[in-house]
Amino acid sequence: MNILEIQNLNVTFDTEDGQLRALRDVSFNVPEHRIVGIVGESGCGKSTLINSILGLLADNGQVEKGKILFEGQNLTELNSSQLRELRGVRISTVFQDPMGALNPVISVGTQMLHIQYRSSLSKSEKLDNAAEMLRRVRIPDRESALTRYPHEFSGGMKQRIAIAMAMMMEPALLIADEPTTALDATLEVATIELLQDLQQQIGCSVLFISHHLGVIAELCDDVVVMYAGEVVERGTTRQIFYRPMHPYTERLLQCDPAGQSERTRHLPTIPGEIPDLRLRTPGCIFAARCHCREDICDSTPPEVEIEGQSARCHRLVA
Amino acid sequence: MILSINNVEVTFRVGPWFNRQPILGVAGVSFDVAPGETFALVGESGSGKTTLANAINGLQSISNGDVTFLGERIDTTSQRNMKPLRQQMAMMFQDPVGSLSPRMRVGDLVAEPFHIHKIKANIKEETERLLSLVGLSGDFANRYPHQLSGGQARRVGVARAIALNPKLIIADEPTAGLDVSVQGEVLNLLNDLRERMDLAMIIITHNLHVVHHVADRMAVMYLGRIVELGETESMFRAPAHPYTAALLSANPEPDPDKAKERISLPAEVPSLLARPSGCEFHTRCPWVQSRCKSDQPFANGEVRNIACHYPLSPGDKLPVKQSSI
Ligand SMILES: Nc1ncnc2c1ncn2[C@@H]1O[C@H](COP(=O)(O)OP(=O)(O)OP(=O)(O)O)[C@@H](O)[C@H]1O
Ligand SMILES: Nc1ncnc2c1ncn2[C@@H]1O[C@H](COP(=O)(O)OP(=O)(O)OP(=O)(O)O)[C@@H](O)[C@H]1O
Ligand SMILES: [Mg+2]
Ligand SMILES: [Mg+2]
Repeated sequence: MNILEIQNLNVTFDTEDGQLRALRDVSFNVPEHRIVGIVGESGCGKSTLINSILGLLADNGQVEKGKILFEGQNLTELNSSQLRELRGVRISTVFQDPMGALNPVISVGTQMLHIQYRSSLSKSEKLDNAAEMLRRVRIPDRESALTRYPHEFSGGMKQRIAIAMAMMMEPALLIADEPTTALDATLEVATIELLQDLQQQIGCSVLFISHHLGVIAELCDDVVVMYAGEVVERGTTRQIFYRPMHPYTERLLQCDPAGQSERTRHLPTIPGEIPDLRLRTPGCIFAARCHCREDICDSTPPEVEIEGQSARCHRLVA
Repeated sequence: MILSINNVEVTFRVGPWFNRQPILGVAGVSFDVAPGETFALVGESGSGKTTLANAINGLQSISNGDVTFLGERIDTTSQRNMKPLRQQMAMMFQDPVGSLSPRMRVGDLVAEPFHIHKIKANIKEETERLLSLVGLSGDFANRYPHQLSGGQARRVGVARAIALNPKLIIADEPTAGLDVSVQGEVLNLLNDLRERMDLAMIIITHNLHVVHHVADRMAVMYLGRIVELGETESMFRAPAHPYTAALLSANPEPDPDKAKERISLPAEVPSLLARPSGCEFHTRCPWVQSRCKSDQPFANGEVRNIACHYPLSPGDKLPVKQSSI
């Protein structure tokens, strides 16, 4: 069973310089009880994907085509109050910018009370719940922390408070957009363990976005690789890390400084520029920067599947 | 030395208005940065790195100690005298979108440093040059910050920071939210500037792989203090403070099946309202001894500064866990 199915999703933004295709034919599934990671270049549409799921696209953005099936229900057909209902209860989200999730003028404790509005517990029980969640994300001085305002916490503490709030909802699907960028390595590992625990305990699924390939490798069961608004490859974590099929995935893994055993001041990069999302040609989206490009790459690449791992690349049929 | 900071302390007051209590966000930190040097600040989330950066840059007033930049005391300088100094010291903020005014377009944001410091230049040309340096094509100049991805916003931050050819850049998580290729581009760009203009850098980051490659020296912070400071390579090879060792051992690796030998620390982070006695790490240290609970260790050592009574040597094994029944 899949808790979430994204089918042929296309999203565009209207800008002063024309229409921008932020997502193009994006398809993948999040199965029940699994942790799915999304990796890809900066600006490839990961946050846009999440916003489409949640019905929170910017005013100039629209879903052109495709389906977002959550527990079998197509979210693109719901109205805003139905979506709001779902967001609070069945789907909870840790946004990329923790300040965006926290209200700057309300104390952390009050915010953590507000999100429990559905529960029939007493106020003091709810506060105990909140303190317990803060303990689990390793915030010190819980009593005092609950009375403080978001700006009185460090970047990583705000991130952890956002994680604590999302977990308190006990959702069916937890979406986390780069939730560990401001966490030190020990906390990062602790957060990985916490998410795995939570996933076990309440049996939810997790959609986890990160640029930190180490965190993806340790946390996720499956990985989706995106480039310039398209899914170029997906598979299990082992398949993606040990046997990447798409040249972009290969290059991405090679650029990780963690893989460079010799110390170097000059870090590897993928030469070339990301394509302009306003001008979409029919060929392979990665062709212009690909190290194994051939003439055929100017035509639409086929989607090739081997043992559940799939990628869009001409090289795979040769 | 381009920058010397000496025993810097920053005090915050927290709690409800009827019961404000002081906490030390930064509790006596000293180090120097040489021209052209890359100095990394790493450490626990909430250990005072951003606060320290703001104290160096004059955005946060300090309650003790002094900060000297290009031979001038920053902490006592008036705002007016601070301005020319600030031009030499650029800041990249931890929160990329939040640090850009939402109503300004990218082009104006990149041009802003020239206006603030009243620098005469062909602003249009400079803006284009800076945007292309950070890998954003010209049409980004018309966008507003909310129309950028997280990584694109961070690149705008880099463009602003390098606009006036500063002598020192303080970069708070400059590559958080960037993919590894763009991260490489940003770091290579900063490194080129360093080589060409003797740019010094303080880089605050949780990405230990990055620190390993780009930093000459690094300092590890815990509860507002530096617990260990030294040459990056030697610290990665042989961490001496138990906290450094635990931190380095945690670093997630991009290999799903690799067995990791991690030094796990007790979860409970001490309170800044009631700092632990003796060595402030003793409540979580796997190697704790009785002396650690009463005597505070002070950083010592010429090349490597270690604030620990019993520094580790390479090969030291984790003590056998005593079960607490
Ligand atoms: N409201 C908007 N108007 C116009 N373009 C937008 C808007 N929001 C996002 N974009 C563009 O759409 C693309 C996808 O952005 P998105 O934020 O989804 O990327 P991302 O994959 O989350 O990147 P990052 O890893 O840097 O956070 C980017 O090129 C971005 O500039
Ligand atoms: N304005 C403030 N008022 C009260 N306390 C504050 C304020 N700013 C920071 N603090 C506290 O000071 C300590 C250090 O915060 P700082 O932001 O410097 O940490 P950091 O090392 O940058 O952490 P991170 O890696 O999570 O960004 C934290 O305990 C934080 O709660
Ligand atoms: Mg994003
Ligand atoms: Mg910080």
